[in-house]
Amino acid sequence: MWNWDYAWSILPDLIAALKTTFWATFGGFIFAAIGGLMLALLGRSPIWIIRAINRLIIEFIRSTPLLVQLFFLYFYILPTMFPTAPTALVSGIIGLGLHYSTYMSEVYRSGIDAVPKGQWEAAKALNFPRSKTWTSIILPQALPPTLPVMGNYLIVIFKETPLLSAITLVEVLTTAKNAISVSYRPFEAYTLVGVIFLIISYMFSLLVRMMEIRLNREQSASSGTDSPSKPQSGGKARLNKEVKQQA
Amino acid sequence: MNTTELEKTAGQEAPARTRKPQGASTGVQPIVRYEHVSKSFGDLEVLHDINLDIAPGEKVAMIGPSGSGKTTLGRMLMTLEEPSGGMITVDGEPLWHMKSKGRLVKANEAHLHRMRGKIGMVFQHFNLFPHMSVLRNVTIGPRKVLGVSTDEAHERAVTMLGKVGLGDKLDVYPSMLSGGQKQRVAIARALVMSPKIMVFDEVTSALDPELVGEVLEVIKEIASEGEMAMMLITHEMDFARDVADRVIFGAEGHIVEQGPPEQIFENPQSERLQSFLSRFRL
Repeated sequence: MWNWDYAWSILPDLIAALKTTFWATFGGFIFAAIGGLMLALLGRSPIWIIRAINRLIIEFIRSTPLLVQLFFLYFYILPTMFPTAPTALVSGIIGLGLHYSTYMSEVYRSGIDAVPKGQWEAAKALNFPRSKTWTSIILPQALPPTLPVMGNYLIVIFKETPLLSAITLVEVLTTAKNAISVSYRPFEAYTLVGVIFLIISYMFSLLVRMMEIRLNREQSASSGTDSPSKPQSGGKARLNKEVKQQA
Repeated sequence: MNTTELEKTAGQEAPARTRKPQGASTGVQPIVRYEHVSKSFGDLEVLHDINLDIAPGEKVAMIGPSGSGKTTLGRMLMTLEEPSGGMITVDGEPLWHMKSKGRLVKANEAHLHRMRGKIGMVFQHFNLFPHMSVLRNVTIGPRKVLGVSTDEAHERAVTMLGKVGLGDKLDVYPSMLSGGQKQRVAIARALVMSPKIMVFDEVTSALDPELVGEVLEVIKEIASEGEMAMMLITHEMDFARDVADRVIFGAEGHIVEQGPPEQIFENPQSERLQSFLSRFRL
């Protein structure tokens, strides 16, 4: 049933298509990382109306299917917004980025919450303006612990890229489908797509795991006998829980 | 019940101030003034109608049992807690209020920012920035807030860290320091901003007993230099006696008794203070 010759013959095309998949993954991830941070900061705004709108955006994006969002963006919103309609890749990056920014904002939020209250108070006592409190004191402490969770989201986004085949992006899955439409042999093509995703996801997850171990080691070294920073460990536990939920 | 007591004790400030000439003349504008200040957390009133003046350069020790509201008094001055009522004036200007169209309104962030420049604070739990070296903990304030050049901030920080006896720990991270060393860094970090009044909030309470001395020594030395007023919230009675020009005893949200250290510790008037002090003379 399984035909090795056929499998080998389509493999180069599939691997070549990975390039597009990677573009979509990293583009979407960077978009989501930046967008998520902005949403997290807006969620901390002293102005309640900004917080409310922020909440609304997050709930809306999370409660609607990514596929519907992609269709809506690619076939309607982006073409009406721009004189020349963005390509499927750009639309896909925006769609994935927007969708996952709402999840990433939650990761940032837990990282920010894990910074002890005393840090905010020390910044105030030194008369730091709000913006500099964020950039010099809070974010440098809040972000490093979120890196493993961020890494997990990179994997999640990577695995979501086949959805972009629905908006005509020629990535790995579309390439497989194209091959099938000629050969009528779905078994080899879809199996190969699955194996490719498995191998790459697994390698990513090993990297994330290494990062996590290094981070834990650094944290236990730096918070060894530090001030009674119980909120910190509590926050870390929260973060770890989130990793598990994602995984 | 204590308003009359307050009025009575307020008169005792004058002899207290004569100990330190710079704040002595009675006509001097206080650096900090609390007028009818109260503070509630929900239903719990932790401070009730507090009236208190601190003269420029004056060292005031606040003693009293836990829950007496003395820490809240300091935190309101550092703008970490907002008073529920009354008025705090710093250097002649309202702290939590500002004038707008001839009326006193709630202060905005710009006003608070300007006022905070006159106030400093050292915390019980140090609150050093763990992601920065000792040197950067001390230079970051002058650089980011006062706009001082990197070189000058470095110079000021090195001088200040030398003063607190940590000139050899510049590149060390806070996690590698003992509690006493951390607190001395925190003191240098607050001092380098040159506040006019500094709140020391139970700065030795989180320290191992053998490390308390080194921190108190540093504070004594700073106190002896003079110009900066100090609000020392403390449980160290000997320290309060040595450093303070005036000791204030508070309990249950009231100022119960105040006066020069000799009077407070040798000749306490109120029963409440007598029973409080007796617990320290075991």
